[in-house]
Formats: sequence, structure tokens, C-alpha cells
Amino acid sequence: MPTSLREAHQKHQNSLDILFRSVTRLSAFAVLALLLAIIASLIVGSMPAIHAFGLGFLTSSEWNPVTDKFGALVPIVGTLVTSGIALLIAIPVSFGIAIFLTELSPRILRRPLGIAIELLGGIPSIIYGMWGLFVFAPLFGDYVEPWINKHLGHMPVIGPFFSGPPMGIGVLAAGIILAIMVIPFIASVMRDVFDVVPTLLKESAYGLGATTWEVVWNVVLPYTKIGVVGGIMLGLGRALGETMAVTFVIGNAHELSKSLLMPGNSISSALANELTEAVGELYTSSLIELGLILFFITFVVLSLARIMLHKLGQREGQTS
Amino acid sequence: MNRKLKQLIIGTIAATAVAYAGASQATDITGAGATFPYPIYAKWAEAYKAKTNIGMNYQSIGSGGGIKQIQAKTVDFGATDAPLTSDELAKNSLSQFPAVMGGLVAVINVNGVEPGKLKLTGETLANIFLGKITKWNDPKIVADNKDIKLPDDDITVVHRADGSGTTFIFTNYLSKVSADWKAKVGEGKAVQWPSGTGGKGNEGVASYVQRIKGSIGYVEFAYAKQNKMTYTQMKNHEGQFVQPDDGSFKAAAAYAQWDKNNGFYEILTDEPGKESWPITGATFILVQKMQDKPETGLEVLKFFDWAFVNGGKLAQDLDYVPLPEKLQQLIRASWKEQVKDASGKAIWK
Repeated sequence: MPTSLREAHQKHQNSLDILFRSVTRLSAFAVLALLLAIIASLIVGSMPAIHAFGLGFLTSSEWNPVTDKFGALVPIVGTLVTSGIALLIAIPVSFGIAIFLTELSPRILRRPLGIAIELLGGIPSIIYGMWGLFVFAPLFGDYVEPWINKHLGHMPVIGPFFSGPPMGIGVLAAGIILAIMVIPFIASVMRDVFDVVPTLLKESAYGLGATTWEVVWNVVLPYTKIGVVGGIMLGLGRALGETMAVTFVIGNAHELSKSLLMPGNSISSALANELTEAVGELYTSSLIELGLILFFITFVVLSLARIMLHKLGQREGQTS
Repeated sequence: MNRKLKQLIIGTIAATAVAYAGASQATDITGAGATFPYPIYAKWAEAYKAKTNIGMNYQSIGSGGGIKQIQAKTVDFGATDAPLTSDELAKNSLSQFPAVMGGLVAVINVNGVEPGKLKLTGETLANIFLGKITKWNDPKIVADNKDIKLPDDDITVVHRADGSGTTFIFTNYLSKVSADWKAKVGEGKAVQWPSGTGGKGNEGVASYVQRIKGSIGYVEFAYAKQNKMTYTQMKNHEGQFVQPDDGSFKAAAAYAQWDKNNGFYEILTDEPGKESWPITGATFILVQKMQDKPETGLEVLKFFDWAFVNGGKLAQDLDYVPLPEKLQQLIRASWKEQVKDASGKAIWK
């Protein structure tokens, strides 16, 4: 090839390189710009509510569209409590699923079970909501809640949390539906990270006479803790923002109640229910501020997860 | 390869543009708003399209959204269940008229009580929703229902979780019949409910009531009928207990004082008349008083004119109540008076 041609080719390639770099950079910055734009518009939109209610918005449980008095306590508590219940159930179950699939299951079962979990994760949330309302809630209300009422409702301290009319819908039902929804996410991440633990490490531990439990607890978990925490956070993220499934079963009442069997409300379901018909500046703006709060909660949760991972990383190599 | 891709993209864009241009040539009309009348608007649109080849595209995004969109002129008409007051209409330079009416019923799930049997007074209903009457065998309920054996069950109140014109009509009624309700809760498309649990949409309330033993809720009559739910009789303004049906809804409408000068602002609750059903309401259409595109504006009016004249049967099939003839004439008069083109000429002749 003559030199000039080769140089032209080189130039062409160089300019392509620059183009490529600009395009990728643009894409990356577009995400950042989008994030900032969303935060900015949420803040601008919620300004009237912030001016009107100030910090009291966070602690007031009032929600009265007629007199234009709004407070976010009920939806905030509902969001945190339902997500908490979901994780409380989902973490141990997912852990069990992942351990069984990677350590204990016969080879022939691994693929079908793994695929089943992934399919469960692919079901749209509205389906969970409908199933929750039409199938789960009646069964829950007829069989489980009377039992809870009878056995847990009269216990000291925790009693008030578990007594109430057995309606089948409420905060506890929403938490359980959420748990079912996040299990596939957490379980499949856990399975994937457990799978990458080097066989050499595990075999050595077994060789030293460790039981399966000891191998899991002392070898597999320490090796994969970052991935495990990441999976849990992924599940928590989904639980916090989940809208349709929760709306169907939480009962949508702006009422603060001690009992988990009573209806409550979450931020996302309040938004889904009320935004379309919200008239008046303050009502709309209060709903937007709810959105801002949800954004903030998610942000805090993700930051905490980062800090936790960082701390875990620092302790690497120390004896436990 | 690269060039082929480029050609393909350009081709696609061009084709889409052409398709859009083609679509916008037909004088289709667009509307948005209330969800309650959506089934009948859709039916009317279908029949109208078959007859005139003019389509009507209605998006049931909720009354609030409908009002916002007609203010922004992104649609040709807006629809709302709660009428705007004449001040609001004047401020936004909108003209308002009713399109169709319907009734609300209280639905219950009580062991041993059949549809149309339980009798409720407005006051009792308000006290139930206030959380003051909590048992089905409360003396206040028993007093009107000596012939029914009512169980000693707790009452669970079910209300709408979303903002809704249905809630507006219902709370408007309770405010009229109970001073206590008016003082403590008031009326609105969403209110601070003193008790109970919320379902999303008519179907949400319907399914909660069917699910929860001892519950009471309120839905459009059509939903109660389609789902074979247990509705109640209500005591009306004249002290008569009436059954919800086409006749009692029409009776209520007959007593309404329709006035085109205040945008037909009229909520048909607690109307006089021995046969009147006490919880009835109309749903409303909003159009711009000054039409930027008079041809499209005229199409909207033509559509509703057609629906008033020919759509009554379709409305009744879906358990709505068509507007009486006299009211239709009043509405046409209001179009002539209020809806104008840029030169100030009425577009409806």
C-alpha cells in the first residue's frame, strides 16, 4: 500500500476513534444530565408544598385534599415497613434457594429450578398485583390472618402489631407480595456469585473436615459478600419503588395504624392513585414532594449499601 | 453497509412522516378526562365513526387531567365528573355542558341480605362512613329494617383510593344530608376518610366489597349491576325509600334546575320528588369558548348533538341515563351563545 493511502486510512481511523469517543462520552453524560434534570424538576415541582408545610410535611400524618393539608408520614412509613417485611422474608428464602442450587441440589435439578426462578423474576408486577388481590388476599384473610390474630394478637409487646380485622389486604399482605417479587432477584444474584467461588477453596475446606454449613458460612459467604449485599440492595430497590402490586393489596388508606393487618399506604401507590385527579397547586405539589422523598430514600439506601461494601472491603484479609 | 443503514433510517422516517400526515388529514376529534363516562363515549365514538367516518379519540385519564388538557388546548374537548363553577369557567374561558347522567349506589356484603332489600337513610350512611355506626345490628340500622335479620358483624368501610368524580358526588350527598359529615370531612374528589380502606377505581371498590365480609362501599350503578352486588334502597328527600333504577335516576334529573348561564352547574344529589334517587350525578364536557379551529370545534358539537339524538339507547344499555329533551335544547342554545370562532361568530347554527 502506498504511504499516502495508508496515511489517509490512518486519518480516517483516527477521526472515527474520536467520533466514537465523543458518542460514548455523550451517552454517559446524558445519563447524568437526565438524573439532574429529574431531581431539578422534582424540586421545582414540590416548591409550593415545601413552602407551605416545611419540615412538618415529614412528620404529619394528615392527608386532607378538602382543606389542602398534607403530610407524608403515612406513605413514608408504609413504604419502609412493606420493604422491611419483604426483605425480612426474602433474604433467608433467597439464601436457601441459592445454597441449594449451588451446593446441594442434584445436577439434574439445577437448570430447571434456575430457569423457574428467572421466569418468576420476569413476571410483570401488575400480574403479581392481580394475583395478590384475587387469589392471595382471600386465602390470607380466611386462613392466615385469623391464625395470626389468635396466636400473635394477644402476645405482650408485639400483640398490637398483629391484631385487626382479617381482611386479607393491608401492610403485611403487601410486604409478603413484595417478598415474592424480590426473591427471584436476590436469589439469582446470590446463585451467580456463589457459583464463582473457586472449587479449590471449597474442596480444601471439605478436606479439612468442614461440614456443608461451615463451608457456606466460612468460605462461600466471606468470598461473595459484596455480591450478596449487592443482590439484596437490588431487591430492596425494587421493593421501595414497586407500585402496582402494592397498590392492589395495601388497602390505600392514609391512616397510621400500629397493626400490620390494617390498610396503609406507600409513596408509590399514593402517587399512582392520586396524581391523575389531583386538582389545585398544593395537592399536586405535595404528591411531587412525595416523589422527591422516595427518590431521596432510594438514594440514601444505595449510599448506605456503598458505604457498607467499602467497610467490608477494608476488613478484607483480617481474621474474623 | 453503512450507507444502506442510513438509507433505511431515512426511509423509515419519511414513511412515518407520511403516515402521520395522512392521519391528520381526517378531521378526527380528540377528548380527554373523566373515567366514569368512558364506556359510553367509546360506544358513541364507534357508532359515530361507522356513520360519518369521523373518529373520536377519547382518553380516560381522569377529570383533573381532562381539565388541564383542555386549558392547554391539547385536546378538542375535556370531560369532568365534577362540574366547574361559573368562576372557574370564566377564568379559563371554557363552556360547559352535561353529556350523560348516572346513579351511585351503596353496595354491601352482609350475610343473609339480598340486593335491594336493606333500607338506609342518608344520615345512617353518613354515620357509617364517619365510623360512628360500627355494627350491622346497630339500632339505627335495625329501626328501618325490622323485616331483615341483621348479623352482629363489624362494618368495614370501603372507599375510593384515587381521586374521582364518583367520590365527589357521594361526598356531596353526604354533606347535604349530614351536618356532621359536612363539618368533619366535607366534599371533594378525594377527602380525608375518617375510617376504612381504599380501592382503586370502581372495580377496586367492587372487588374489596365482594371480598370483605361486613363491608360497605359505593360504586356506579352499572358496576353494581354487572357484578351482581348487593345494593341498598335509599331514603330520598321526600322521606320515601326508593330502589336504584332507570326510573328513579330520571326522576331525580327531572327536578334539576339546569341553567346554561352557570355552565349547567348542578349536582343531582338529594333532589326533591317522591321517586327520585338521592345519589345521582351528571358528567360534563368542556370546550373552549373561543375556537382556534372552528371546523374541529363544530365537529365536537356535532358529535354530542348526534349522541343526544341517537345515543340514548346505547347509554341505557350501559346503565347510563340519557339527557331529557328539554335539557338538550338548552345545551344547543348554550352552544349558540357561548362557542365562537375568532371573529366572534357562533359556530353552531
